[in-house]
Parts: sequence; structure tokens; C-alpha cells
Amino acid sequence: MSTFRFTRDHEWVRLDGDLAIVGITDYAQSQLGDVVYVELPEIGHRVAKGTEAAVVESVKAASEVYAPVSGEVAEINEALTADPAKVNADPMGEGWFIKLRLDDPKELDSLMDEEGYKRFIEEQC
Amino acid sequence: MSARPVEDRTADGPVLPLETITGNRALQIEEKLIFEQGSPGRCGVDLVDPPPFQARLGGLERQGAIGLPGLSEPQVVRHFTRLSQKNYAIDSGLYPLGSCTMKHNPRLNEKLARLPGLADIHPLQPVSTIPGALALIDTLVHWLKTLTGMPAIAMSPGAGAHGELCGIMSIRAALEARGDRRRRVLVPESAHGTNPATAAACGYDVDPVSGNLEGRVDVGALKAKLDTDVAALMLTNPNTCGLFENEIIEIAAAVHAAGAFFYCDGANFNAIVGRVRPADLGIDCMHLNLHKTFSTPHGGGGPGSGPVALAASLSAYAPLPWLVHGPEGLELVEHKSGNAQQAIGRLKGFHGQMGMFVRALAYMMSHGADGLRQVAEDAVLNANYLRVRLESDLSLSFPGPCMHEVLFDDRFLKETGITTLDFAKAVIDEGYHPMTMYFPLVVHGALLIEPTETESKASLDQFAVTLKALAAEARSGGAARFHAAPRWTPRRRLDETAAARKPVLRWDPEPVRQTKE
Amino acid sequence: MRYLPLTDRDRGEMLAAIGVDSIDALFADVPGAARLEGLVDLPNAMGEIEVERAISHMASRNVAAGSVPFFIGGGAYRHHIPAAVDHLIQRGEFLTSYTPYQPELAQGTLQYLFEFQTQVAMLTSMEVANASLYDGATACAEAVMMANRLTRRRKAVLSGGLHSHYREVCETYARFVGFELGILDPVPGGAEDLTELVGRDTSCVVVQNPDFFGEIRDYSDLARNCHDAGALLVVVITEILSLGAIIPPGAMGADIVAAEGQSLGNALNFGGPHLGLFASRDKFVRQMPGRLAGQTVDADDRRGWVLTLSTREQHIRRERATSNICTNSGLCALAFTIHLSLLGETGLTRLAQLNHAAAVSLAERLECITGVQLINRAFFNEFALRLPRPAAAVVETLAEKGVLAGIPVSRFYPNRPELGDVLVVAATEMATPEDMDRLEMELREALS
Repeated sequence: MSTFRFTRDHEWVRLDGDLAIVGITDYAQSQLGDVVYVELPEIGHRVAKGTEAAVVESVKAASEVYAPVSGEVAEINEALTADPAKVNADPMGEGWFIKLRLDDPKELDSLMDEEGYKRFIEEQC
Repeated sequence: MSARPVEDRTADGPVLPLETITGNRALQIEEKLIFEQGSPGRCGVDLVDPPPFQARLGGLERQGAIGLPGLSEPQVVRHFTRLSQKNYAIDSGLYPLGSCTMKHNPRLNEKLARLPGLADIHPLQPVSTIPGALALIDTLVHWLKTLTGMPAIAMSPGAGAHGELCGIMSIRAALEARGDRRRRVLVPESAHGTNPATAAACGYDVDPVSGNLEGRVDVGALKAKLDTDVAALMLTNPNTCGLFENEIIEIAAAVHAAGAFFYCDGANFNAIVGRVRPADLGIDCMHLNLHKTFSTPHGGGGPGSGPVALAASLSAYAPLPWLVHGPEGLELVEHKSGNAQQAIGRLKGFHGQMGMFVRALAYMMSHGADGLRQVAEDAVLNANYLRVRLESDLSLSFPGPCMHEVLFDDRFLKETGITTLDFAKAVIDEGYHPMTMYFPLVVHGALLIEPTETESKASLDQFAVTLKALAAEARSGGAARFHAAPRWTPRRRLDETAAARKPVLRWDPEPVRQTKE
Repeated sequence: MRYLPLTDRDRGEMLAAIGVDSIDALFADVPGAARLEGLVDLPNAMGEIEVERAISHMASRNVAAGSVPFFIGGGAYRHHIPAAVDHLIQRGEFLTSYTPYQPELAQGTLQYLFEFQTQVAMLTSMEVANASLYDGATACAEAVMMANRLTRRRKAVLSGGLHSHYREVCETYARFVGFELGILDPVPGGAEDLTELVGRDTSCVVVQNPDFFGEIRDYSDLARNCHDAGALLVVVITEILSLGAIIPPGAMGADIVAAEGQSLGNALNFGGPHLGLFASRDKFVRQMPGRLAGQTVDADDRRGWVLTLSTREQHIRRERATSNICTNSGLCALAFTIHLSLLGETGLTRLAQLNHAAAVSLAERLECITGVQLINRAFFNEFALRLPRPAAAVVETLAEKGVLAGIPVSRFYPNRPELGDVLVVAATEMATPEDMDRLEMELREALS
């Protein structure tokens, strides 16, 4: 059973084998409104934790999606190009953005767990 | 969104359809695209046949049809007349758009801009054949220098955002000339989006400065960020909350002490024209919007004109061309030579938006020194009048007097289920263009209202009464009309999500287009 | 004062309602040192009669193009504008309306922008066009920056045939936005080998067709070479009417088109406001600067239009915008749309033919003058001549005789003596045989 981890910028990440799947949370998609476009990186692109990995656009806003962990982009969710609405419909599942080959699994430890993220939203947002 | 009712029950029974046969509603007439109406071979312009001649196009004649529709003059006139009737305009009614200064566009300006001696002259005619054009620009420069107190005006930028670019480029050039590489530009959080976009475009890192509880820049926070790595502060004054930055002289001093430049976004100049000169506030560089303060028409989105007032420390870097007083009269300096060696270069083709210069000068001369001062006073008076008429119905974001625009936020809509957007759409049904929404970003659900000085008291009273009634209805549970709004416009709320997901940006006769790879 | 509706009585009532004694109380936040107590040193208000007199006087000191034989082009062209155009654009609902951010109140503007975008795409034979930019020169700089973003490269190559102002604007943006330019020398009538300069670090090559000297070329081979190197081809057009007669950039494989649309619907206006046209491929649309009108449906499922893909623009992306552009050239775009609607396909091609015929007739006459050499192999309505003496002085002499003969290239290239004898001459449908007689006669005399 894979566990989700969360960032303060409302990204989630979970391990699937040796890849880390990254997306944005339900809270994030509800704040953005209808997603109209997703700009994904190229396969092979390297990201450092906290740097921009993708961009998600709604009609009224465009937001950076930051890499929760460092690694190399191994897969991107091409389905989002044809149907960006998946991010709204299933942000934690089919609305995933990228899969990273992790540099350092220990980077996950400093992220919030599900309970911690729930509290974070209640308190901060 | 609730559906439009399909039936209209009359008092004594018979039901009348709410849809007409044509889909028109009396003067509101549906109109197809020109491509859906044209016929090949039809033409709305009679041109003679060229005499027989030997073409010299190098064998590169265009092959195949372009696909343009053919229409007669009556069809074209009717088409665009019908389109115009679907538009709101200043000529139709009040536009309470904050920071846009939607004032009346005088028709004298249009008449004078069309004089053959001004409209039918080419920018590259020998200067000896257009001394009057240079004299007109020079006169406008004189008026702008006097109103701003600044010694130089760069006339070529094509609009406000272009003027901002000009200003930041000049600042960067000045810093480079003194061997000083700085990497940051400070921009208040309340700034218009063009400000950070301009700074970023010129290679600067944008460092936001927070506001204080009085709706102005937090001077302490600003001073803490001012170091030798800051190239400039970009400030709007009066600011985007409609308030005068009362500590501006102290701010200017701090900026200069750090060796940085003070850029002012002049979008709100209408509040202070003739009463305050930006030079006296310590400003080094300020763009003006001729299409805001100086009445040139918005034209559905353009053209504008964004001349930039420059302090002596920046004038050497002004973009080409320069208009200078030479030994034999006015001259155009079009190359980086002599005094203009350090000019940042050209920002636009030719000399600037001459058509807008004529209109702005006619406006300025019509008002004069006394009239322009009256403009600022009436603009500020009108905004404050609306403030006191509305402050108990809408939620005023910052207590106390405002300048030429007044800022409200959506606290008054709390727990009504109605958003600022819904409220604005209901304003449309009442015959008004909505106020500026969701800007500035420093308050939630912003509603920024700028009436301008060309609204009568009666017009303001009617607007206030309407907003008060809408606010009352919002709070008493009448959410349905807001969610369904607008109901009476040629089109109801449009699906912007679909437009952005699957963009359709042109008409096509067929679904698939062939293009050369 | 005729534009100010408030009366003194209104002002008194309003001040009372606000609760202040005078208007000065509302300016209390202005620091004392900056308060102007009196009026600035400018004339006081003038009535329409006086303003009209003053500005008409300035206008009367200029030689209007229509009052003399006129042959100046160089990026702005004198064409006939049908009377209906100016009437329609002066309708208040067009002239005094705002940017269509509230689409329900602006379907008129949005529909004509959609028509405009379609017309520009058709003319250039490209897939998509935006709702206009300031002018051709800024459109050119925007095209280079878009190519840089798309290819993630920083070096653009500019043909020597590119209009000097367009090159200069690119140079300004290159310096401050941070990219490089490889700029070729202008060689009228010469052949450039642009292919040689296209490398793995090239984002785009920018050519102009017809070029500044009026020469027309097929850039299909160059397009292929660019694409092979992963670079883009940008084609600039300063006389949009030429597309009524010659091969469009889309047919040559252009990736981005940056053009000047002033020739249709818009007077010379001493150089502004003009009309930047911008077109590209569908797959690049999210990197396009400027506004875009897109088709959609409303709550009743009826077709309508909105501004779309706004997230590229400054008011949303802020630091990350594709451009800092806010305004388009709205009313100028409307004038273009109306003029082209009146012309249609038949009218446009005939108008283009009339232009080319006029230029051919004039070129044939002028190249018969001793010492005058026509440089062009091909041209549309503008061509370059080599004169037996400096062109600038010849133009000045002819101006004194009441003939506006064209542009001495030295005005653009004062430091290139080899171009000092080159004159660029334009002939549109407005040039009459009598005008051409005068030019020929005066030129013969000036050169004898």
C-alpha cells in the first residue's frame, strides 16, 4: 500500500517501485478551477527538490508545480495533454503529472503525511 | 447556471414563446461571420482593371485561392453595424473600471486627427516637408514636461506596457553606463501585472514588497529590501488601491540613497494632473497613458500611446528617435550619434503614435491648465462621492478618503453564495459595464471603481442606487439572479474553459487544413 | 468646460455629502512640498474654434502625401481607403469601447477579432494569427523571442534585407532581454547565403519578403535548412498587400510571420498608430504573444467568442508572461478587417495587380533615364534604383520641386557610403500617370 506525502505547495508524491509519482492535491485543483492546460517537462530532464517541474493552467491562473523530490523525469502523463480535466476529476490518481527516478528516497521523510497535510490546510488555508 | 425560461405567461392565459423566429430580439440582431456570408466574385470596392502589362514578380505569383469572402458595401456596413450594436461603450454608459480611466472621448480629437496635413503624411518624408508634424509633437512634449515637471519625454512607446519597458531599459542602461550591475527590481504586491512582467523581461529578479494596513506600501519593509543590488522600485501613485502614497518623498529618498532609480507607473495620473508634478515627488521615470488620462479612445483594446517622462539622470538613454531643437529648427535624430550615442535604440518602427499625439494635444489644449486641474479634482470628487454613498452597502477595503478610484472587497458577500464575479455579472444586466474585479490582488474579491470626471452627479446617483439595491438583494437571499446573470446581453455567460482547452482561433471551411512542413 | 458635467452646485452638494469643506481636503495625503497651489504654466482652456485653429495651423505646414506626386514606401504605404471604413470605425460602440474582458458586453469586438485573425491566417497561409500587436517592428522582435522560447536557443540570424527599424528594435530587445543576433549587411540586388549561418545554436532566421529593397524571393529551401538544424524561419512582411499577388510565407514553410498591416484600412498617420500582424503554427500557439479571440458557446449553447489562452499574458503570469504586451491595435485591426471585407478575394487580387502594374510602369520609365539602374530582378510595388549621384540630395531637390520621390537608403544607413546612391521607390494604385510624368521629368532634370 503506497503512502502519499505532501508539500506546502500542495503537491503530492508517492513511491511506485523505484519511481516517485507526482501530482497536485485535491485542494490545489479546487483552488485553480477548471484546468485547461498542463505543461510537462521532457523525459530525461533533471529537477532538484523545490524547483519547477511543470506548469498547470486554468482559465484564470497559471501555477508552477514544484518537484517534491530531486530526480530525473522518467515518465510524463501524456493523457493530460488531450484531457487536462483529469487533474480536476481525479487529482490523486489519473491526474498525475510526472514520474521521477529518485535521487534520494530520504527526501520523502521531510514531507508531510496525510494527517499532517490535512491539518496544514485547515490551519493555513 | 439556471436556464432561461422558455415561456412567458400573460395575465389572461395565452403563453408566448420567448424565442423569436429569427433568434433576433428587436434591435439585437444575430449576425454570422463574414466567411459565412460571402460569395466569390462579389466585391465592395470598384477598382479599374489594370492595363495589360508584363509582370515582374520573378515567377513567384501566388497560387490557389486565399479563401476570403466577397461582400458588397451594403452587406459590410450592415455586418459591422450589427456587430457594433453588441458592444457596450463609453458613449453608451458609465464604465466604472478602476485604473482604466474610461472618460469621454471628445469628437474634436477625431476630427483633427483626420486633417490631411496630419493623417496623410509619411514618417519618412523629408523633414523639410513636415515641420508642422514635428512642431505638434514638440508642443505635446512641452505640455507633458510642464505637467510632470520632468526635463525629457520619450515619445515612441506604443502603449503603457511598452512605456514601462522603455523606462526599465533606460534605468538598466544608466546603471550599466556607470558600471553598476544590479539584479533586483522591487514591485509592490498590489502592482498591475505588467510591472513584474516588464522587470522580468529586462532580466531582473522581481522582489515583491508588502503593503501595510492602510493600503499603502510598507515603507519599513521596503527600506529593509533596499540594498545595492536593487536597480529600481516600480511604484504606482496613486496606487492600485486608489490611495496616494503619502510617504512617497521618504520612499524616493531611500531609493536614491541606495543608488537605485524610482520608476512610477503613471496609469493613475488622472487623480493628480495639474495638482502634483511627479518630479516634485522624486520620481525619475514615469510612463503616461495617453488613452487613459488624456482621453484618446480605447478602440476596443487599442491603439494606445505610452510616452515616458525622464529625469536628467536618464534622458541620455531615451529611445530613438529624438526630437531636438537644431540650428535650423526641429530635427529628428534617428541614429546613435552625437548626444544620442547612449540611447537604448529603437523600440518601435518610425516615430511614435502620432495619431494619438494629435488627439491628446487637442484634449489638453481644450482643457488648459485650469481645466486639467479641474479634471483631477472632479475625478477625485466623483470617486469619493461614490465611496460615501456605497460604504455602508459594500465593504470598503481601506477607511478614509480615496483618490480617483475606490476599492471594495467581497466581505459584504460573505455567506451569500455570491462571488464578486456573480455580482459583476448582475451589474451587467442593470446596463453597466462591471467595475474592475479581482484586482488588486491584495484584498479578496476586489471591486475597484473609477468613475472619472466625465460622469454627471445624476449618473453617479443612479449607479449608486443600483449597486445599493443589488447589495441588498445579495444579502437577502436573492442569489439566483446573480448566478443566472447576465440574462439580457446578446450572449449569456460564455464557457471560457472550453475555449482554453480546445482553442478555436479562426473560422475554417473544412475540419482539416493542409500546411507545408 | 464642455467635457466636465459637474456644476459648482453639484460640487458643493457632493462635498457636503462627503463631509469636507473643500476639495483640498481630499488631497491631504499629498506632501506639502509637492502641492501645486496655482496653475501650471500652460495656456488656459480653449474652445473648439481656438483648438481647431491652432492644430490646423500645424497641419497646414505639412505637405500632405495626396497633394503631390508621392512615391515613398519603406514600411508604410499610401493606399485608398474606402469611405465606409472610417465611418464604421467611428461608431461609438467601436471607438469608445474597452478591451473585451467582459465578453457578454463585447461580442461585437470579439467577433471582428475572430474574423481578423482568420483573415490574417488566410492571407499569410498560416494556421493561426493573434489579435494584433503594436506594429510590424515590434511583431518582428516578438517573433524572435518566441522562436528563442520554442527552440530554447538564444541566437537569431537577421537578413540584410530586413527593414532597418525592425532590425534596430530586435537589437534593443536583444540587449535587454538577453539574446544574440547575427546580422547580415544589406546588399541590394545581392544574394545572401543565410543557410551557411544556420547552426545548432540558431533559434531562427529572419527574412523579409519583399525585402527592404523590394526584392521577392522563395525561401522554401531556407525553411528546410532551418528545420534540419532545429531552427525556425521567421518571415517579415512590411507591405501586406503584396500577399494579394505573391507566394505567402506559409507556402514556403515559414514558422512565424511578423507583418505590418497598415496598408489595409489605415492611413499613414506619420508612422503611428500602425498594425502589427502575427501568425504561426497551431502547435506553437501557447507561446504566441498578444491577445487571442477564441470561439466557444454560452449558457444557452449559442456560439460566441471570448479572449482566451490569457494565462500567457502579463495580467496573469506576471513574471512568467510570454510578453509584457497589454494593448493590441484594436481599432486599426477593425479598420483592416472592414477594408478586407469590402475588397474580398477579387478586390484584393485586383488591387494588388494595380499596384504591381503601377510599379512596373514606373520602373520601366525610370530605368530609361541615363545613369539610373534598376537593381531588382523582381518586385511588387516597391523597387530600388542606383542613381549616378547621392540619393539624399536628389530627394531633397525633388521635394523642393513638389515631388516626394522615395527614400534615400542613406537615411537608414548613414555609415554605409556604398548605399549612398540607392533610392527606394514605391508606386501604389494612388500614383497616376501624371504623377509618374512629374517624377520622371524632375528626376531627369536633377540628374542632368
